[in-house]
Amino acid sequence: MRKLFDFHGGIHPPENKHQSLSEPIRPAGIPRELVLPLSQHTGAAAAPVVRPGEQVLKGQLLAAASSLVSAPVHAPTSGTVSAIEERPVPHPSGLSAPCIVLECDGEDRWVELPAPPADYRELEIPALLERIRDAGIAGMGGAGFPTAVKLTSGTHHHIDTLIINGPECEPYITADDSLMRERAADILEGVAVLRHILRPREVLIGLEDNKPEAIEALRHAIGDQPVEVVVFPTKYPSGGEKQLIEILTGRQVPSGGLPADIGIVCQNVGTAVAVRDAVVHGRPLISRITTVTGEAVARPGNFEVLLGTPMHYLLEQAGWDPTRSGRLVMGGPMMGFTVPHPEAPVIKTSNCLLVPTEKELPSPPPAQACIRCGLCAEACPASLLPQQLFWFARGKESEKLEQHNLFDCIECGACAWVCPSHIPLVQYYRAAKADIIQQRRDHEKAEHSRLRFEARQARLEREEAEREAKRAARKQAAEKRAQAAAAEGGEDPIQAAIARAQAKKAAQQQAPEASPEEKAAAARQAAQAKLAKMQKRLADARAAGEEDKIVTALEASVKKLEEKLASLEEPTA
Amino acid sequence: MAEFIAQQPLLAALLALAGLGLPFGALLGYAAVRFRTEGNPIVDQINGILPQTQCGQCGYPGCRPYAEAIAAGEAEINQCPPGGEAGIQALADLLDVEPLPLDAEHGEESERKVAYIREDECIGCTKCVQACPVDAILGAAKQMHTVIASECTGCDLCVEPCPVDCIDMLPAATGLGAWHWELPQLASRNVEIIATDANPKQAAA
Repeated sequence: MRKLFDFHGGIHPPENKHQSLSEPIRPAGIPRELVLPLSQHTGAAAAPVVRPGEQVLKGQLLAAASSLVSAPVHAPTSGTVSAIEERPVPHPSGLSAPCIVLECDGEDRWVELPAPPADYRELEIPALLERIRDAGIAGMGGAGFPTAVKLTSGTHHHIDTLIINGPECEPYITADDSLMRERAADILEGVAVLRHILRPREVLIGLEDNKPEAIEALRHAIGDQPVEVVVFPTKYPSGGEKQLIEILTGRQVPSGGLPADIGIVCQNVGTAVAVRDAVVHGRPLISRITTVTGEAVARPGNFEVLLGTPMHYLLEQAGWDPTRSGRLVMGGPMMGFTVPHPEAPVIKTSNCLLVPTEKELPSPPPAQACIRCGLCAEACPASLLPQQLFWFARGKESEKLEQHNLFDCIECGACAWVCPSHIPLVQYYRAAKADIIQQRRDHEKAEHSRLRFEARQARLEREEAEREAKRAARKQAAEKRAQAAAAEGGEDPIQAAIARAQAKKAAQQQAPEASPEEKAAAARQAAQAKLAKMQKRLADARAAGEEDKIVTALEASVKKLEEKLASLEEPTA
Repeated sequence: MAEFIAQQPLLAALLALAGLGLPFGALLGYAAVRFRTEGNPIVDQINGILPQTQCGQCGYPGCRPYAEAIAAGEAEINQCPPGGEAGIQALADLLDVEPLPLDAEHGEESERKVAYIREDECIGCTKCVQACPVDAILGAAKQMHTVIASECTGCDLCVEPCPVDCIDMLPAATGLGAWHWELPQLASRNVEIIATDANPKQAAA
């Protein structure tokens, strides 16, 4: 028997898991329309590679990963891309985000998948990671961090323990439980791939002791593989990555660090199955197991859902009565959030849809004053001081919040659950975190702007200096030329230019002093010249046999000039 | 030696002090040259707090000159609208002075904006390009200009020179990326835990 450890704090809320375990996993079917958000994971949104109107097949790439921390999106069934537009997404804000809308044709035809390798063990590790990345796998436990990125960082460290996360500690949710019961062999196949990539010393599957069927199924599927199922007492939040690591190994992940820093990688059981599908069968991530539960559904249970399925469609499969449900929660009652639009889709991180009645999960009563009872500090699984953090968050004291390790808070909600004053503590922490992150971003931006401003100032100064230098160089060159000219005995070009300019000016000043007679003579001369020219053109035209029209026009012009000349000569005559 | 001290206590004391003073003076003098700090570090610290929009609303041609003015005691700390209350508080903490309310003469605190050029109307005069303090506008003569949104500080300086008024200042970020959790409203004000809570004046105190 392996030595188990315990983490600080934790709570025991009512489990409410049996409701959704009465039936095996059911397929949810193909809805009329699928809505696939471009951002279903942590990191940058994927970039669409299809256009509205395009026909796509099941498993075809719809949007490609746009940066290192990103995940592609694939078509969960065949159909037509009807739009790429803003649609409501499952997010606590209730806002819309860019989605690919897929009109399903119901035929569910697969695209030709890249042939899976005969034996993945023969592939290079980077090639395996590439396959996992291309399959669009993001952590299926709820955080949605791209799995390939996590594994890549794992390959850079020496990993001694691979932990498969299966406690599923949050009340109501049974998606992982049913997966372990029914598809233990698939999970083990996925674990074998992960083992091959990370080469850990040991592999542990952690479970709470409230899942005897799953434990049995996993032990059966393991056979003689070097994988150990570790069972420990039920306590929320044992499924938190850092908490699970502490339970199984007794080691703590340093504040602000990653499990890989202490040689551990954690993966959810659902992620293991997705990795198996991607590597062994070459299938991208297009569906997941989602629990639908709560008193407002007649037949709660677990569903295999195509990603992008509208939530109301899935709820209807379970016999949803909208008149009874108070609200729609994605995730569990502790860490989940209310989704204002039931048309929002199921995404890669949707492990549970909870539709409780008002009686089942009442709205929180109004918060009262903190009485400094300290229950929150006893419950905190991260050994923080929730009460202090609460005061600092209210006072917006960012520095003190960071000193008190606000960023180690996993937002599990244990403190708020035990709070006798019903203070929404987690919401304070979330707001404070967002505020601090914003401040950091602003500071970075300011620093960036400062550098650009200084670079611009430097550039302007440099340009000014260059202009100045050119001017000086030109001046010097001119002086040199002048000296050279003077030395050769010729005249100074500058002096000569000045003299020319003066002469011209003087000539202009003298011009207006010409007498009227002179002016008249000049005009006469000009007119005579013009007449001579025109007569010549007339003669040429006649000689060349031009058209009558031109000849007549020229004759008219000549006549006019003759008249003008006559009028000019008259006064003097 | 002891005799000399006993006989000439005044002289001995003076000699002893001079003996201490000279080496230490020399040491300090050397340290002043050897460990000399370039520039004024307090100016850098103040400049680090200022938002670097380079908008000039404070009355100085950029953030650094304003930081220099604050350090020299020529300017108050409440002349920077983009920095807002938070910026004033940070400056007050740094300089250990009382925070002041933002001086309305220099403008009001507003959400961060970003310049947007209506490209159909742009005539390609490059006036905005020259006005931008952080080179965030791209364009050449008689070519359409555009703003690199991620580099724009929202300083407003490009709006004035535009001869065809085709630059708008839009809110910087909207949608999902800009959303974040808000601090919960203090619902406890509605709950009368003790008698004085019923009095809104005292409850607010």
